[in-house]
Amino acid sequence: MGQSFEPVIVGFLCNWCAYAGGDLAGVSRIQYPPNMKAVRVMCSGMVHPELIVKALARGADGVLVMG
Amino acid sequence: MVECGRHLNIEIHTLSEITEVAGSVGNYTVTVKQKPRFVDMDKCIACGLCAEKCPKKVADEFNMGISKRKAVYIQYGQTVPLKYAIDDSSCLYFQKGKCRACEKFCPTGAINFEDVETTKTILTGAVILSPGHVPFNPGKYDYTGYGRIPDVVTSMEYERMLSAGGPLMGHLAKPSDNQEPLSIAWLQCVGSRSISRHDRSYCSSVCCMYAIKQCLVTADHLPSHATQTVFYMDIRSHGKNFDRYYEDAAEKGVRFIRERPHTFDPGPNGSGVSITWMDKDGGKRTELFDMAVMSVGMEPPSDAEKLSKIAAIDLDQWGFARTDSFSPSQSSRKGICIGGSFSGPMAIPRSVTQASSAACKVSMELASAKGTLTKERTYPEERDVDQGEPRIGVFVCSCGMNIAGVVDVKAVAEYAKTLPDVVFVENNLFTCSTDTQVIIGGKVKELNLNRVVIAACTPRTHEPLFQETLKDAGLNGYLMEMANIRNHNAWVHKNTPEMATQKAKDQVRMAVAKVALASSLRSQSVPVTQKALVIGGGLSGMTAALGFSELGYDTVLIEKSDQLGGNAHYLEKTADGQTLRPALEQMIADVENNARITVMKKATLAEAKGSVGNFTGLIQTEENARTDVSFGVAVVATGGRETKPSEYMYGSDPGVFTHLEFDAFTAGKSDAVLKAECVAFIQCVGSRNKERPYCSRVCCTHTVKKAIALKEMDPEKQVFVFYRDIRTYGVFETWYHKARQLGVIFIQYDSDTKPDVRREDAKIVVTATDPILQQPVAIYADYLVLASAIESSGISGLSQLFKFSVDEDGFINEAHPKLRPVDMSVDGLFVAGLCHYPKPVDESIAQAMAAVSRAGVLLAKTEMKLNPITSFVTDRCDGCALCVDVCPYHAIRLVEYQGHASMQKRIETDTALCKGCGICAATCPKGGVQVHGFTLDQLMAQVDAVLKAS
Repeated sequence: MGQSFEPVIVGFLCNWCAYAGGDLAGVSRIQYPPNMKAVRVMCSGMVHPELIVKALARGADGVLVMG
Repeated sequence: MVECGRHLNIEIHTLSEITEVAGSVGNYTVTVKQKPRFVDMDKCIACGLCAEKCPKKVADEFNMGISKRKAVYIQYGQTVPLKYAIDDSSCLYFQKGKCRACEKFCPTGAINFEDVETTKTILTGAVILSPGHVPFNPGKYDYTGYGRIPDVVTSMEYERMLSAGGPLMGHLAKPSDNQEPLSIAWLQCVGSRSISRHDRSYCSSVCCMYAIKQCLVTADHLPSHATQTVFYMDIRSHGKNFDRYYEDAAEKGVRFIRERPHTFDPGPNGSGVSITWMDKDGGKRTELFDMAVMSVGMEPPSDAEKLSKIAAIDLDQWGFARTDSFSPSQSSRKGICIGGSFSGPMAIPRSVTQASSAACKVSMELASAKGTLTKERTYPEERDVDQGEPRIGVFVCSCGMNIAGVVDVKAVAEYAKTLPDVVFVENNLFTCSTDTQVIIGGKVKELNLNRVVIAACTPRTHEPLFQETLKDAGLNGYLMEMANIRNHNAWVHKNTPEMATQKAKDQVRMAVAKVALASSLRSQSVPVTQKALVIGGGLSGMTAALGFSELGYDTVLIEKSDQLGGNAHYLEKTADGQTLRPALEQMIADVENNARITVMKKATLAEAKGSVGNFTGLIQTEENARTDVSFGVAVVATGGRETKPSEYMYGSDPGVFTHLEFDAFTAGKSDAVLKAECVAFIQCVGSRNKERPYCSRVCCTHTVKKAIALKEMDPEKQVFVFYRDIRTYGVFETWYHKARQLGVIFIQYDSDTKPDVRREDAKIVVTATDPILQQPVAIYADYLVLASAIESSGISGLSQLFKFSVDEDGFINEAHPKLRPVDMSVDGLFVAGLCHYPKPVDESIAQAMAAVSRAGVLLAKTEMKLNPITSFVTDRCDGCALCVDVCPYHAIRLVEYQGHASMQKRIETDTALCKGCGICAATCPKGGVQVHGFTLDQLMAQVDAVLKAS
């Protein structure tokens, strides 16, 4: 894991808060690293544990559930 | 705002002001003057390039001048309509005759320097005025140092400094030297509760709470040794759950000092502020703070008077629009209503409630014309494409240079062609433009596309637009997925274009994977029973029933006692001083004689079933008669009651009363009271304690008004009020002022220094320590009146029946305390009056009207479309029922059915109750329940797509 390590992060973003926050970050041009790829969900409560486990098992370096 | 901006029946005229309101209710002609925007709204795509290139910087009003904006600008990121405007007072072209950089760089040719002011006339049946308020400017004073000492700021400025999206991005810094402030003081009542020069005699109602909020947010932003100090007169946390918030802040270490500082000096080297006040012992105290925040009050808008002349409405003595307790949103001119703080200082929940009540009033005025001018869209029949192989079209947006300036959109488009099931890819300059919609629709038909991916901006603003495009082309709107490569990519990864391009490819791959598994979703329609049930026949319930009847809906009003009117029978006057009795009697007669209202007394709701639009219930009367009732909506207005105190000799001494008892005792037989030499009041009896950690909101005003009445009866009579904080919020403050002018003595006590009460012959002796005299005092009173707490009533059974939620103090929870203050946690149910929280007559009436307005939206149509993003049961469900308990909306139930060999169980979901949160889906261990549009397979496909590097 040298400096070139770029983690792959799966994000589960609640449509009503975290996803909207992501939109606002965009409008406000707040810069952050592009490693997280967002899956939009209608509530963070929708995220089945299996999704998290499988994401990690299949190679994700991290999972973010934001809601 | 977005919803408002998108609504087919709402036209927004920005940069506009009204210049004339001619005609009368039902037939107004409003003349509107619209200033030029100099930007063509149809062409502007809000890419922001104009602002980026504009060389002129001016103070940004939205950030209270802390940052700069350009001469071409949007006020803030979420502006609706999201269109730029040129401020000609600072634009170089308008001021100096040259520049026009924005015009040169605008990718859509939207800049129009030739734009001129226009005047239009709008024909309308009614008008709602909601111009809001302005913050008090403390620069009018010299003593606070505002404007002179750099580290003295207003609460509005501080709010922007504190905001994560504000100019300092939430990293607090002293204006004097940009260092982090570690000690901050708030000064309350700046421009409020004072009758000296420039001041306003009313209480602005909101400042205590926003100051406490700012303290708590500040504590989160700063190291733990940072301090927050509030200098106050009375803490007015009189709203729902507010007192708990205040206590919590004190517990967390916010220092509350009940003193008024008199001197503000600059700190050493011009940094910080030195504040001096007189402490409780009369000694002088000086302390150095890094910053001081002026908690400024609310004032009517600066052009309120002009507006009142144009609209021909009356203003009150301070310049707010005049309304009255029985019609809290009605101005002095019929058909012109007031929404929000233009009618007086108020916080968000009341403001929203009042605006809804204005909408109700307007709907009542215009009931005969209901639905005559509304627009609705129609679409061609949808093709059934779910069974066929996916044929996906991908449209990659450049958004001018917004996306294309960072992400290599051509490369993304080329990459998209390699993805499975993708049969068509196109890159557009602006995928959202009207001509692109025609192209998308054309391609869907020409190439028989059955799925579409739009790689552009956010679905939160643009999904409805593209769904419409699909629907116009005969495809189901849910066969579309957006990849947010602008807000979540190009705009936030400016410095890493290669990685941004890679991420955009990933996002498109995810969207393609998900949309391939999408199926058509249709909104279920359910018929609506266009009838209302109102539970509770007090002022709120009667207001709601009359409201429904005026809108043309039949209403059943049930009342558990044998008379209508509830607590209003025991009240003499409204908070604004009107006699209640005649209005109450008129209202009862109106309700009982109304053909559309069925009144059932001594009645309770014994059973209730169903969901929004379709409830059924069983009403039980005392005679054990049972009546079936069906209704589309219900308003819960079960009211509240004054509690019986358990202290201060209440119940054992005939001279000790509650408020309502004392009112009844004094009514009509003033003799006894006249003879009394001294009357004492004790506040917060049973409120703001461990048992009821909330403020009962109405008692201070009640006490103060009663004290005034006693003084007016006989100025020699002594009246004492023992209080913790006097909470005569808003314009009620003037009563408090008047009481003090008349000589009522107010003695402050704390929860640990409560007064003692004992009987000594003919007198009740109240002893307490007067904090001003610093000595114990004994008051020999003839009567003692206890301001006892107010509780909700009649809720517990109903909350079981309807499964709505109730807070820990026993009041009904709103769907959202600020933005949906009359909607309950169960759709189709609305709340009004004391069962929601203690409140005076005008607020109860406003809330009841707001409930009618909100409920009227549901009742207006014969059928209701349900949100299709809801849960559904799959054949894998085996009835384990794990999901039943976790569903927060009680939308799932367990049913039995005849299986092969034996009875089996499985769940059923109620689409009308389901909100699509998917907690059931996440709980189910076997995929037995899923959410449309977000199935486990779809989410898994997206996860796999992330991990499948391109």
